[in-house]
Formats: sequence, structure tokens, C-alpha cells
Amino acid sequence: MTLLATSIPGSSNNGYVAAAYIVFFTIVLVYVAIMALRLTRVERGLRELGERSEDQPANEIRERETV
Amino acid sequence: MRRTVGALLRKELLVELRTLESVPGMSLFAVTTFVVFHFALNQNTVSGDEAAGILWVTLLFAAMLGVNRLFVADQDQGGFDAFLLAPVDRTAMLLAKAIALLAYLAVLELIAVPAFGLLLLAPPLSQTMPDLLVVLVLADIGIAAIGTLVAALAVQTRARDLLGPLLALPLLVPVVIGAARASSPLLVLTHSSGPQGRWLATLALYDLVFGLIAYAVFDFLLED
Amino acid sequence: MSSRTSPPEERSENPATPPQGSPNRAPRGFRTNTKYGRGLRPLSIATIAALPLALALVFFYAPIEAEEGFLQKIFYLHVPLAIVTLCGFVIGGLLAIVHLRTRDRQWDLRSYVAIHMSLIFGVATLITGSIWARGSWGHWWVWSEPTLVSFLIVMLLYATYQPLRFAIEDPERQARYASVFAIVAGAFVPLNFLAVRLSTEYLHPRVLGSSSNLPAPMAFTFLVSLVAMSLLFATLCSYELMAKRTRMLLKARSRTLGFR
Repeated sequence: MTLLATSIPGSSNNGYVAAAYIVFFTIVLVYVAIMALRLTRVERGLRELGERSEDQPANEIRERETV
Repeated sequence: MRRTVGALLRKELLVELRTLESVPGMSLFAVTTFVVFHFALNQNTVSGDEAAGILWVTLLFAAMLGVNRLFVADQDQGGFDAFLLAPVDRTAMLLAKAIALLAYLAVLELIAVPAFGLLLLAPPLSQTMPDLLVVLVLADIGIAAIGTLVAALAVQTRARDLLGPLLALPLLVPVVIGAARASSPLLVLTHSSGPQGRWLATLALYDLVFGLIAYAVFDFLLED
Repeated sequence: MSSRTSPPEERSENPATPPQGSPNRAPRGFRTNTKYGRGLRPLSIATIAALPLALALVFFYAPIEAEEGFLQKIFYLHVPLAIVTLCGFVIGGLLAIVHLRTRDRQWDLRSYVAIHMSLIFGVATLITGSIWARGSWGHWWVWSEPTLVSFLIVMLLYATYQPLRFAIEDPERQARYASVFAIVAGAFVPLNFLAVRLSTEYLHPRVLGSSSNLPAPMAFTFLVSLVAMSLLFATLCSYELMAKRTRMLLKARSRTLGFR
């Protein structure tokens, strides 16, 4: 194993370590971004729901057939 | 329970004998694959690790053909519903199908292993028996257990032919490891030692663990 | 597999949401989100504390390893990722067992999220392992590292989890079959690890360093990294669960009000 370590120049090793950590954090951040997109969609849906339930009077909704 | 398994097994084997839809196809596939390997590797004979690899990959893929067909008739012709209406332990179906698959694998190997000895194997087959037989039996039990479980899982999905092998192959990697490593020293010209105990132990452990898990879990697949 | 059926969170099949007449009250029997999100805040705070601490320890406290040099620092990232991923798969199997016993679909949801998250962490494991192999051996893939190899097999297996789910339309059956798969696959993980370990040791000794015989500062750094990674996993799972439940609640409320 020592042979292997010495056969590869030391400077390039920093690059590999950085690459590994960067990959990891990128994956986590991509995940967070996807979740953020999903949650904004949910928020929009909730807002629409709130608006539409305000537009209609309550008794009309009660009469409506629920699934 | 034993009577149910016996009855189901008899039905399976009778249907297979009459329709001959699994075993001839599997055997033909195996022999053809050996020919393909001859051309792909550009070799007249193989031995050792190579031989073990070719043999086990071929047996595995041929087994996949059998696994794909295992529950198809039941699914398409209402066999599941009929079985569920009967007042019997549902795990009987697992046992019957697994034993049937084991039987198909046995016939497959009866044809494929001599063919392998004839076509590709350098050392004579006779010197590898009965050690090879032990490895075959142990590996077959594992393939039968996982194959039946995966077949039951895949048959009720939409992409059943694709999903079956896709699920089974990674699950069967330990079997391939154990079987190939165990049979490799058997298939060399200067045949000296038997299979290493650790690989037989791996196969046996695998069979035990997944046999039990399949037994425990199969019920949940048949609930409709 | 041409048209996709929806994953578990799309279906508001939650048995606790019977449609109600009044739109202003939450449907009876359905827990509100505050209960589910409750664990998320302490978890995320712990993660935010642990992760930078782990990073600081890795780069400023842990000594440079004699043989591998600076490259060995990947060890503190790759191995905790691997351990957390494998545990995540096994936990997914355990949650699936609970689901099959209680028939409460919440457990299936948890199982799904655990496995899904482990898949993501598994991809990260494979990539970081490959980078480490490249730095150590000069190749992007080595068969002589049993962790990486058994990981590949496990990932190939779990990659079929989502196609399996999407290929079954009936949601109850989808949950049931997915649980069966999760249990079988969860049992497979340790067995596979054992088998691959046996077969590779047979050929070559382990190359990329083992976690035994570590000097104290390294062992401590490793432990902190492991804890930080586990916290991250738990936080992200909790986050995902809350997002899914919010979506289900939204759909349920939409239906209650008679929309769509």
C-alpha cells in the first residue's frame, strides 16, 4: 500500500478529497432544492384552496356531495 | 399441510409434463449458451475459475426463464383465486412451487451439466462428482427459494418478465459467489482438493436464512 | 412500466381522513402536522451542530495518516455514508415488518422514505468510494474493495424498489408488496456483505484501510462523523416525511371541499 501511495503525486490527492466532499454536499443541496420546489408547490396549492373556499359560501359547500 | 403441498406439487408436475413449457426451454437455453460462450471466448476448453463461472452464469440465467413462468398460469387463469378460496395454509403454495422449481432445476442440470462436460469442460466430469453434486444441490435450494418468492412478487405487477430477473439476480449473487468458488477447484485438470468448506457453509446459511424469510413472508403476497 | 402509477405520498388513502361536511374544521381523526414535525427541529439543530464539528475535526484535528496521506480524509466521509446507508436499508426492512403486522400505512410511508433516502446516500457512497479508489489505485473502480462491491450489488437490488412500486396500481397491494421486498432485501444486505467480504479477502487483502486499529484521535473523529451522518440521515428523512404528509393533507382537504 505504501508503494501505491508514493506512486501518486501528493498534490493531486487534495483534489480528490475536495472532489469527494464537494460531491457529497452537492447531493445534499440538490435534495434540499428539490424539496424546496415541492414545498412551494404545496404552499401554492394551500393558498389556492384558501382562496377558493372563501369564494363560496359555507352552506353551498355543505350541500355539495363529498366523495 | 403435507397433503396440500403434495396435491399442489402433483398438479404442478403434471401440468409441466403435459405442456412442457419450462424445462425444455431452460435446457435448450443452457446448451445454446454454452455454444455462444465457445464463440465469445474463442476457446475449445475451459477449466478452473472460468469453467465455474460459465457453468453458474448459464445455470442462473436458465433458471430465470423458469422463474418467469412459474406463476404465470396461476395469474392468468385464476389459479390464485381458486387457491385462496380453499381452506388451506397459503404457505403450501410456496412449498409446492419451490419444490417444483427445484425439480425443474434438477432436470435442467441433468441435461446442462453433461452438455457442459461434453462441449466445454477440459477435465472429465466423472472426477468432479459427487462433490459437484453437493454444490449443485445447495445452490439449487437457494435459487428455488428466492426464485419462487420473486416470481410471486413479480407476476402480479405489470412488467413481470422484466422485474423477475431484475429482482432475482442481485439477490442470488451470494449463491453465485458460493457456488462458483466452491466448484472452481473441482473443475481443474489436476483435481486435488474438494470444495472449500466455507463456501458450502455460505450456501447453506443463505438457504436457511432465505428459506425461512420466504416462508414467513409469502402469506402477505397472496392476500387478494 | 410505460405509464407511472404514483408513489405512496400521492394517494390520500389515509384511512384517518373521512370526508366531512364542514370545510373549516380538520377532518376528525387526522393528526395535524404539528405532531409529525415535532422531531424535526431538534434533529436539524443537532445536525447543524454536528456536521461542521465533524468537518472541523476531520480537517484540523485528525492526524494525517502515514501510509495514505491526505487522501485518507475521504475515509471520514465515505465509511460513515456506507454505514448509514446500510443501516437505512435494514431499518427500512424493519419498518416494513411493522407495516405488515399493524397494517397501518404510515409505517409503509416511513419504510419508503428510509429506503429512498438510503438510495440517495448509497449513490453518494459509491461516488465517494470511486473517487477514493481513483486516488488510491488510479482506477475509478476496484473489485478488491469488498465494501464497494457489495454496495454495488445492494444498490442494484434496491434500484428495483421504485419500479416495483410503480408497476403495481392498487395502493394497498403496492404497500404490501413493497414491504415484502423491503424485508427480503433488508435481510439480504448483511448476508451479501458477508459473502462478498469472504470472496474478496480470498483474493486480495483490503486496500482502502479498515476502521479497526485506529489511533485515538482518528477514532474519535470517525465517531463524530458517523454521528453527524446519522443525524443528517434522520433529519432528511423527517423532512421528507413531513413534506409527504403535508401533501397528503392538502389533497385530503381539497377532496373534502369537493375540489378535484
